[in-house]
Amino acid sequence: MLVLVSYDVSTISKPGRRRLARIAKTCLNYGQRVQNSVFECLVDSAQWTALRTELLRLYNPDEDSLRFYFLGKNWEQKLEHHGTKDTPNLENDLLII
Amino acid sequence: MKKHLNTLYVTTQKAYLHKEGQSVVVNVEQESKLRVPIHTLDGIVCFGVVSMSPFLMHHCAENNVAVSFLSEYGKFLARIQGPVSGNVLLRREQYRVADRSAAASAIARNILLGKIANARAVLRRALRDHGEQPALKTAENRLSQYLRRLQQPMPIEELRGNEGEAAASYFAAFPQLITVKDAAFSFRGRNRRPPTDPVNAMLSFAYTLLVHDCRSALEGVGLDPCVGYLHADRPGRPSLALDLMEEFRALLADRLVLSLINRRQIQPGDFNDSAGGAVSMTDAARKTLLAAWQKRKQEEIIHPYLEEKCKIGLLPHLQAQLLARHLRGDLDAYPPFIWK
Repeated sequence: MLVLVSYDVSTISKPGRRRLARIAKTCLNYGQRVQNSVFECLVDSAQWTALRTELLRLYNPDEDSLRFYFLGKNWEQKLEHHGTKDTPNLENDLLII
Repeated sequence: MKKHLNTLYVTTQKAYLHKEGQSVVVNVEQESKLRVPIHTLDGIVCFGVVSMSPFLMHHCAENNVAVSFLSEYGKFLARIQGPVSGNVLLRREQYRVADRSAAASAIARNILLGKIANARAVLRRALRDHGEQPALKTAENRLSQYLRRLQQPMPIEELRGNEGEAAASYFAAFPQLITVKDAAFSFRGRNRRPPTDPVNAMLSFAYTLLVHDCRSALEGVGLDPCVGYLHADRPGRPSLALDLMEEFRALLADRLVLSLINRRQIQPGDFNDSAGGAVSMTDAARKTLLAAWQKRKQEEIIHPYLEEKCKIGLLPHLQAQLLARHLRGDLDAYPPFIWK
């Protein structure tokens, strides 16, 4: 399934900036950065549980926000991209470099 | 059920692959070109001068991502194997069966039935599409004869003899399957190491891709790709992977090559000749073939034995699973994949 993860992390303080970096890094382990602070993660339910747990451990509920959108298995129909920075579809696109 | 995952092909020379977190990053000239989380990959195939960090190698081994290194022209060079995992009892049984000639030849016979039936299906499809051609008809009849002959159990040497004859009749009819009338695509039998004409160059390349997929499928279910039944053991030869690919040669590799030629997606100009007589594909042609290969693997069919819908790319894995089930004793015989 595809899960869209987006976050807002307060970067006023130093610990905030550290949280931002850690959350971004965690998301990169599971998915692709499609825009700033927006990640598409192609995961199965076990991987999703791991990612979710990790993100919930890292963020600060008083200052940051996390939003998860569940696009399911047939996510291709639910997605349009316009303009720059198109990312490959890791499930079906050709990965030839 | 296992999901069909993507394979990463790296054909850009001097590319460098490394690990960042849980992702595979491909760098070309210090610039990152692609970043893929490892869990979305099934395998990585590197062509020519492509290097990989040791950390990524460990990471791939740990995550069951098959890594193969091929030469620029698709010749197999090396692969990376992690710690052997899976069921040791299954592998023991695999070796035991290999030593019992009756059991081994029963599996080999079924594999061969699958191979010949699928080769015949390719010929029959051509007969249907392009009308009766005597050469095709003869080959089709011959293959049917071999299939009938193989209904009887026979020792492995005899099976190999039949395989050779069947392959010879199939390849004798192969030129009829090429509808493009161009001298460059004339085919006068298989040749390899190195291939000396465009059609053979394409076939060899497609077979190499197929071996990679079959090998990783076998490793995925815990079988040893090096101990085969139809193919004898030889140091360094992935005999069981070669066995497994027999059922798919005509269906996946040959048909792909034929349609690329017949649809003129690959042209006579897409090949390089070298002084020694070897013919190889150009970069662009290789990419066209890889793209077609990957696309084909995404197509869905109903598995004739399991009666389940699956992607073509998953077929080697499913057959490997069926073979494992047979070796464990859950299935009386190995059911080959026969295309309908």
